[in-house]
Amino acid sequence: MNDDSVYDGLLGGDDSQWAFGTDFEDPLAGVDTTLPEGVDGAALAAYCLMLGDDALVLSHRLSEWCSNAPDLEEDIALANVALDLLGQARLLLARAAAADPSVVPVLPEGSPVPPEDALAFFRDQDAFRNVRLVEGDRGDFAVTTVRLLVASTWRLALMQRLATSRDAVLSAIAAKAVKELAYHRDHAARWVVTLGSGTEESRRRTEAALATVWPLRWELDRTHEVERTLAADGVAVDPADVAAEVDVLLDQVLAAAGLEVPEVKRTGGLGGRTGRDGVHTEALGKVLAEMQSVARAHPAGRW
Amino acid sequence: MSAAAGGVRGEWPLWEVFVRGKRGLNHVHVGSLHAADAEMAVRNARDVYTRRNEGVSIWVVKASDVTASSPDEKDPLFAPAGDKVYRHPTFYDVPADVPHM
Repeated sequence: MNDDSVYDGLLGGDDSQWAFGTDFEDPLAGVDTTLPEGVDGAALAAYCLMLGDDALVLSHRLSEWCSNAPDLEEDIALANVALDLLGQARLLLARAAAADPSVVPVLPEGSPVPPEDALAFFRDQDAFRNVRLVEGDRGDFAVTTVRLLVASTWRLALMQRLATSRDAVLSAIAAKAVKELAYHRDHAARWVVTLGSGTEESRRRTEAALATVWPLRWELDRTHEVERTLAADGVAVDPADVAAEVDVLLDQVLAAAGLEVPEVKRTGGLGGRTGRDGVHTEALGKVLAEMQSVARAHPAGRW
Repeated sequence: MSAAAGGVRGEWPLWEVFVRGKRGLNHVHVGSLHAADAEMAVRNARDVYTRRNEGVSIWVVKASDVTASSPDEKDPLFAPAGDKVYRHPTFYDVPADVPHM
């Protein structure tokens, strides 16, 4: 059982200075953290890295809007979404480390860096398992919005099913994520409708954004061997099972926005390998250079 | 960027935001923000003003719909209440465990 609150260290014990109290909910309180019977730890770790890296990299791309968004309200909205995703990434990377400690980069003796941070900040590009969809440049507001719509629609459909996972930790993480993602999808969908039915310029940019984002959509629907194995075990969700629902939902949003589903050619992988196998575009290298450089310069640092 | 130069948008209207906190009893004014319509104002308010567990309910009102008293009327409106000590129930002992007084 897990009785430690993930927030203990952040509050330093004294909650008197907090105007609204500190009764935060720990999504993993009381959850059984033992690996489910018969599940391969390495496969579970790989699966957690896939879902965790999707969230981590998308979170970073969204956080680039901080102080750059069209207005203050949207600035904070995107930062909120980024923080939700970062929270999901933290829990998923920690689960990956618990399921298979060998995936965690080895740091100097005595380093206080927790395993989930070591995975985020000290792992090389080819060990990242995110889909390439989330790593591309943030582009303009239309690209960011269309990508958030695709990513959150897929992730919400997936997490709704993952909430019944045989792994109690994945199930608890998914239950927390569903509430967050419902808001992300709603936010993105409203903006796509607004942009699509707005001015000539907003419509032109949104059509360009669809053409940028759509070629990478197929990667989300493709079932990786790890997903197939764990789905058969009742631990993971086979993305093939959510593809039809995601199609319908995206079609609804585009129809409301008066936009057409673009005819595009898929962005190919490398010999059939894609982001889920660690094959990425150069955009991820730039994300990691920015995200990891400070942590890597201070492997024994305390944050 | 001005609306004329960019043709993107004019200034969105200002909305006043009221939030009812978990431990509060009524909606309290917390600030204002810009939004294109009421729906967007509620969502912006959620993002701007309830990030730290502050709220369980949000009201938004277009700032232009708020009618306010004028500072010039301060004396006739409020000064007469200043010396009516008998309107304050300060002569009662309030038990320590009565909240929200």
